[in-house]
Amino acid sequence: MTLYVLRRLALSVGVLFGLAVVTFFMIHLVPGDPVQLALGGRGTPEAVAEVRGQLGLDRPLLTQFGDFLGGVVTGDLGLSVAQNAPVTEIIGQRLAPSAILIVYGLFVALVIGVPLAIIAALRPNGVVDNGIRLVTTFAFAMPAFWLGLMLALIFGLSLKWFPVSGYESGIGGILRTLTLPAVTLGLSLAVVVVRTLRSSLLEVLQTEYIDAARSRGLGEWRVVGRHALRNAVMATITVLSVDIGFLIGGTVVVESVFQIPGAGSLLVESVRARDYELVQAIALIAGAAVVLLSLATDLLQATIDPRVRLAKR
Amino acid sequence: MTAVAQDLPGVADATTDALLSVDGLRVEFGPADAPLVAVKDVGLTIAPGEIVGLIGESGSGKSLTCRSIMRLIGAPGRVTAGTVDFEGRDVLAMSSKELRDFRAHDVGMIYQDPFSSLNPVMRIGDHLRETLRANRGMSKAEARAEGIALLERVGIPDPERRYLSYPHELSGGMRQRVMIALATASRPRLLLADEPTTALDVTTQAQILDLLTDMRRELGMAVLVVSHDFGVIAQVCDRVCVMYGGHVVETGPVERIYADPQHPYTKALLDSVPDMESAGNPVRREGIPGYPPELTDVLPGCVFAPRCAHARPGCTSVPMVLQPVDAAAPDAGSTACPVRPFSVGGPFDPVAGSPPDPVAVPVSPQPAAATAAMTAAETAARAQTGDPGDLPAPGEARITQPTDQESTR
Ligand SMILES: Nc1ncnc2c1ncn2[C@@H]1O[C@H](COP(=O)(O)OP(=O)(O)OP(=O)(O)O)[C@@H](O)[C@H]1O
Ligand code: SF4
Ligand SMILES: [Mg+2]
Repeated sequence: MTLYVLRRLALSVGVLFGLAVVTFFMIHLVPGDPVQLALGGRGTPEAVAEVRGQLGLDRPLLTQFGDFLGGVVTGDLGLSVAQNAPVTEIIGQRLAPSAILIVYGLFVALVIGVPLAIIAALRPNGVVDNGIRLVTTFAFAMPAFWLGLMLALIFGLSLKWFPVSGYESGIGGILRTLTLPAVTLGLSLAVVVVRTLRSSLLEVLQTEYIDAARSRGLGEWRVVGRHALRNAVMATITVLSVDIGFLIGGTVVVESVFQIPGAGSLLVESVRARDYELVQAIALIAGAAVVLLSLATDLLQATIDPRVRLAKR
Repeated sequence: MTAVAQDLPGVADATTDALLSVDGLRVEFGPADAPLVAVKDVGLTIAPGEIVGLIGESGSGKSLTCRSIMRLIGAPGRVTAGTVDFEGRDVLAMSSKELRDFRAHDVGMIYQDPFSSLNPVMRIGDHLRETLRANRGMSKAEARAEGIALLERVGIPDPERRYLSYPHELSGGMRQRVMIALATASRPRLLLADEPTTALDVTTQAQILDLLTDMRRELGMAVLVVSHDFGVIAQVCDRVCVMYGGHVVETGPVERIYADPQHPYTKALLDSVPDMESAGNPVRREGIPGYPPELTDVLPGCVFAPRCAHARPGCTSVPMVLQPVDAAAPDAGSTACPVRPFSVGGPFDPVAGSPPDPVAVPVSPQPAAATAAMTAAETAARAQTGDPGDLPAPGEARITQPTDQESTR
């Protein structure tokens, strides 16, 4: 296991480095001068030169890259030209709502999806199974922004259980302001959980070790919830980790619907403002998040299934 | 000679003090209005502490019979008739709570492939601990100690270390030992072993069979051993049930069946395994020609007729009913073939298509009752007169021997 973790960590560091290289050179090697663009193309040569000096863009490329890497490691991602403030600081304020939203959304998806998948798998093609399929398909067919608006309308405006927009920190604030967005995000993801988990549960339930567990007199919940689930979650974890990109995209939409000042809406703003440093930093962070999550997924799977540790060595 | 169709109960070797008695068991698949019947009117008894073998070719319904005893037939399969009686309790009528209790305490089961019958993501110890805690109400620490003791009892070296191993870290033989430890953890009175040694090499096979007989002696446990290998059955069993096409076609003590099979299928099965006496210089044996029936084949009369070397006209109207082999000795078992002794007259010649030599077929002392059963006397009479009216018409040509002599396995 230790060996597996070390290998997997080394791989992740490699990918992260590659990610840094790609983001850096994408910005610096594409035709067009980011400073010119940032100044709206109206900057005088002097002004451009000054900003370039300020940002260190007049130095050799490799020196800049070294600085950039050093900055990444120490958490300094440069200056935002448009907002004239350190990128790390700007992102720092906006990252928490998004991260919490994603985790909360994932939690909602699992809380809804896992029990439904088990219930559906206990009596496949029964009335309940078909009902679950109908409802989840319906939820999946609704675009996230529309689902979000409907939820805001019902639980926010009519029932007044939750505010319809904004963000507050602290547990109470998070529960109040992020529940509807998280449900919006989680519902469409719950469909994915129900679908994959149900089908892999059904597959696992055909196996002999399930039969053997039943033959030892173990109860049905124990057989399905313990013996079958532990084998069946692997596929779901994989699908969810692949879907993490979808989650990040979904966050951008949901943040706009509920006007949450998160990284998603920051990305939209900075693209609109052509704030390259900021876009680059957000891309880097989003990429890093995906890499770290896939690392976490692999470690989780290796913990659950001992054979993964052998197979993926 | 033996009376052919006497008015005796179908299951001659049923004992009143049986541990398990299965009767009239029927297992179906497919639509209810046009079912595919995989197990037909199967009866079986096991006395306390007895080892009974269930033998037959692939697809004969051995596993389904075995599973029915534990009510483990999964959809779309279903038991549509019969009773499974365990110590006076009807297993098929148990509530789910009673059924769990029955599975937990009274009966255990092991499978053909010990790798797929252990959960790959759980340690050996997790399996044992879970079972011991659920079925014997042990604490964590007690379950651990008992689990290790169980592993030791089934002959697993270094049980403390193996307790922490995952199934894939063990060899096939070791995994089967673990399965035996698990299945016998609550000292059941009956162990169902569905081809327990088929996936193992010969040496390991012998060790596992030894272990099973040891455990039987130690725990006083009855065992039902499913196999398609007569060698395995002969080594451990007291009695044997031979299955063909979803029916039990012969039952009896292993020695009698081995020395004097009373059903052509049993005979063919015995002839197809290497002679045990001449293990050192195996005689090349022939397989049974033709193929076992498909579930979709509904055969009139004797199910074995299409492949039977001794089939005669009229076999297609013989009911599949077990008759005692010897009315005077109920312990000798029973057979579903009314043509006895079938072997007299020599094998059926598929090329010439000639009927078996009728001369030696003895005349039964009393004719059959009003059943459709054909008596040996009738057979003899018909064959002697060469009455063509009773020869199989093309429509019922099933009785003719398949021309391909290919072995089934
Ligand atoms: N789920 C199922 N659906 C349809 N038919 C089935 C199913 N399970 C078993 N059968 C059929 O029932 C018949 C008997 O099956 P069973 O597993 O009892 O055979 P077996 O004697 O144990 O053979 P083997 O030696 O191959 O294990 C077979 O013809 C098989 O095709
Ligand atoms: S009844 Fe006829 S076909 Fe069937 S086993 Fe006996 S001799 Fe063969
Ligand atoms: Mg089988």
